[in-house]
Amino acid sequence: MNRIVEQLTENDAGELKLCKELEFELAQVDSPLTFGQQFTDVKSEKDAMIKVAHGTTTLAFKFREGVLVATDSRATMGNVISSQSVKKVIEINDRLLGTMAGGAADCSFWGRVLGMECRLYELRNKKKISVAAASKILANIVYRYKGSGLSMGMMVAGWDDKPGLYYVDSDARRLENDLFSVGSGSTFAYGVLDAHYKYDMSLDEAKDLARRAIFHATHRDAFSGGVVRMYWVHQDGWEAYPLEDVNDLYYQFHPEIALTNAQDSPLNLASA
Amino acid sequence: MDLAMQARPMEAPIEAHNHNRWSPYVDNGGTTLAIAGADYVLVASDTRQSDGYLINSRYSPKAFVLSNNAVLGTSGCSADSKRLYEVLEQRAQLYQHRHDRQISTPALAQLLSNTMYSRRMLPYYVFPVLAGIDAKGAGAAYSYDAVGNMQRVTGVCFGSASALIQPFLDNQVRFKNQRDADPNRLLTREEAFKIAVDAFTSATERDIYTGDYLEIFIVDAAGAHKEMRELKHD
Repeated sequence: MNRIVEQLTENDAGELKLCKELEFELAQVDSPLTFGQQFTDVKSEKDAMIKVAHGTTTLAFKFREGVLVATDSRATMGNVISSQSVKKVIEINDRLLGTMAGGAADCSFWGRVLGMECRLYELRNKKKISVAAASKILANIVYRYKGSGLSMGMMVAGWDDKPGLYYVDSDARRLENDLFSVGSGSTFAYGVLDAHYKYDMSLDEAKDLARRAIFHATHRDAFSGGVVRMYWVHQDGWEAYPLEDVNDLYYQFHPEIALTNAQDSPLNLASA
Repeated sequence: MDLAMQARPMEAPIEAHNHNRWSPYVDNGGTTLAIAGADYVLVASDTRQSDGYLINSRYSPKAFVLSNNAVLGTSGCSADSKRLYEVLEQRAQLYQHRHDRQISTPALAQLLSNTMYSRRMLPYYVFPVLAGIDAKGAGAAYSYDAVGNMQRVTGVCFGSASALIQPFLDNQVRFKNQRDADPNRLLTREEAFKIAVDAFTSATERDIYTGDYLEIFIVDAAGAHKEMRELKHD
């Protein structure tokens, strides 16, 4: 821990620096990074005072026509639902997407920094950045803060000359694969995805699989819910689809279950 | 994008305790809410400040008007809240001096997020709401967690009575679980004002940390103005 602090604060004792512009204010204690962590509940494990918004299901997979990205929209602080309408897809630029799981502020802040770095790369090199390079910038950034309590599980999806999909987390682990799911609901999403995923799918089949995977995750994972948000990345960029409320999907997937307060329901108390 | 963070002002070293005895944070209770409308936005907060079962002050405002007429509503640790307001106000004024124009509400909202995140390793124990008028003249309210995660909202409540008030706002401001209501309808000023007052009078009955006085700031194109109401003092 202290090794990281020393490494990052060689010039100016006590200040952690990423680049010239960005400095973190730290406590004047022996190990400032661990000091702050004892009050901050980043992984929902501690009964700390400062609760951070988190909890998620996100997924992305490559298929015949590109990459499909889907997320839920619930944010929780402790066991309170702090929002049902979070945007967990970060639009890095017109052909790169990031997904966020873990600490919401960590993901959106570093996603923004990544967007800036990608734009700078384009200006310096006069060409679009590859998905591999973009995800590596992110991994390199978080590696400098390894052990300081960041919590993020992100996917970077895009299209350079081929579809690209990488997973990057706050331990600075970076993986490439055809299929990922991240977050507290990922185990449930993986169950659906692994049962039905194949590379050779049409766009409609891919959307249906992603929708069902997120839906089943929101059904079994208390920390996931809200709406399904889907994006399709193809060779000309990405496009977003209309939001789908998981409560509506429940009745769509289970037509035999009638809404108990629907007009024609036998349980309708108003007509009784 | 302005990521410039100022040099750390702390000079006196804080003692490190290894056995978890001392915490830099205090929860001073209190509640803040914001409701956004078509051409106005409202921030309401009570003025009680407590520490455990002791009431420190019956009038310690925790909503602050910034120089561009946006209002910062806070809850959590009042010392951190005041500090956050001072830092944000300084940076808003610095923006004005650098660019010769007042900072817009969306830019200020992002600036607040970055300010909060600059203390990611030792967070401000503040759950802020920021309310102002956006570029199109519409009411804009933003809610944050303690490390700067930001979302634009129409009705939000933070603080000790948030669990009592937020479901009420979901139902009465955002029309959640109302079968025949139009979920996109925005409240009129009069409706929003009445809902804010009702929310706080009811919360005062059930939350020991909320009470004494209610300050309501209404922000519109003409600026911010304040209304006061008395809450129960017990």
